[in-house]
Amino acid sequence: MSIVTKKTTFLGYRRENGRVGIRNHVIILPLDDLSNAAAEAVAHNIKGTLAIPHPYGRLQFGADLELHFRTLIGTGCNPNVAAVVVIGIEDGWTQKVVDGIKATGKPVVGFGIEQHGDHDTIMRASKAAREYVQWASEKQREKCSIKELWVSTKCGESDTTSGCGANPTVGDAFDKLHALGNTLCFGETTELTGGEHIVAARCANDKVREQFMFMFNRYQDVINRHKTSDLSDSQPTKGNILGGLTTIEEKALGNIQKIGKRCTVDGVIDKAEMPTHPGLWFMDSSSAAAEMVTLCAASGYAVHFFPTGQGNVIGNPILPVIKICANPRTVRTMSEHVDVDVTGLLQRDITQGEAGDRLLDCMLRTANGRLTAAEALGHREFVLTRLYESA
Amino acid sequence: MIHFVLHDKQDSVAVVVVEGVKAGMKLKGWIMDEDKSTSVTAKQDIPIGHKVALRKMAVGDTVIKYGIDMGKVVKPIAAGEHAHVHNIKTKRW
Repeated sequence: MSIVTKKTTFLGYRRENGRVGIRNHVIILPLDDLSNAAAEAVAHNIKGTLAIPHPYGRLQFGADLELHFRTLIGTGCNPNVAAVVVIGIEDGWTQKVVDGIKATGKPVVGFGIEQHGDHDTIMRASKAAREYVQWASEKQREKCSIKELWVSTKCGESDTTSGCGANPTVGDAFDKLHALGNTLCFGETTELTGGEHIVAARCANDKVREQFMFMFNRYQDVINRHKTSDLSDSQPTKGNILGGLTTIEEKALGNIQKIGKRCTVDGVIDKAEMPTHPGLWFMDSSSAAAEMVTLCAASGYAVHFFPTGQGNVIGNPILPVIKICANPRTVRTMSEHVDVDVTGLLQRDITQGEAGDRLLDCMLRTANGRLTAAEALGHREFVLTRLYESA
Repeated sequence: MIHFVLHDKQDSVAVVVVEGVKAGMKLKGWIMDEDKSTSVTAKQDIPIGHKVALRKMAVGDTVIKYGIDMGKVVKPIAAGEHAHVHNIKTKRW
């Protein structure tokens, strides 16, 4: 039994390329750190637009630069975004991001600051942003099939209640959505340490298994190159340990509960790459909450399941983040951050199936337009993953 | 009231899911995978979310949770004691 079937629908925004979003943002996207001030000035001028400032984009090179472009372009391409104004210090790289987003068919334009200065750039970009936001405000939601909703997951400030309550709730929901043909995603490569054999066994075929183990071992090499005792209280984190988690293996075994009991791992992507077919995708990624959720948004996911134990407060500028919690102390002390309370699961008051349905009900309401706790509280963490030093 | 839960009947540790567990309390447990009950007497105060040992473990023993290896014992643990970073360590890092 499940509250969702193949016939379940929600009201979403269908974009030019056919993808479906659940928000209708016009974003002002800086290419680099230097362009944040102009982007924020434009968002201040033109009501209803959203600047997404970040600290990078200069003197990066190689794979690190490619990831920077992929993340910014992916963010602009996300179906929760209606239109994009890109601002960069110079025209070349700015245009590269514009061209990447243009492939979706959505309105996008770029402005370079050099030879113009901030004032002129802000004026030109504000004129474009005003046209875009008025155009976007006329977009109507339409009925869409549940399987058109792309759903990602990552947990944070986990404790032991995550592994026996909040994460299995996501797992139950993922099992149900996988059966309907949804496009799903999980990641957190280092947080599978101790449970990587379980994920490998869940891979749909040998090719996917090989790709998964390649990504897993590649990340282990990074850890081994830089590691300190217990990773300097970073895995598990101080918060994890305070919440009762003892080892990385225990954390990983809890983490893996998010992929349920039945769904197979159907594909593997690198950071911020876009899935090419429905099913559950593993994305190689950091386990830091804002980095991972930012990468999910850049991969095109439209809604995010975020189980927490001790109470992570994260959000994202364009990707609605739904918090699920099974720890009664956290629900009592931090209720404003919790979208789905599944504390009943640990007292045997509700079943895992019922907990999963509660989450799916919240997902559909969020998809139809209800703001998540993180959106209402203004959490817009946007954090780019870096692979190494700038040149 | 359920005081602690474990995933698998093989588990040597379980998670305290209520606040206020004190030394000497007889705790009721729930084995989730089998939907069965169990119990243990707490030998120490254990905070919510932290683990209680379900059996005696010696240094070098493997700790089992979810029916799977979650690390090794680094100080002897008695049944009912608080099981955490002071007596369990990762085998990985």
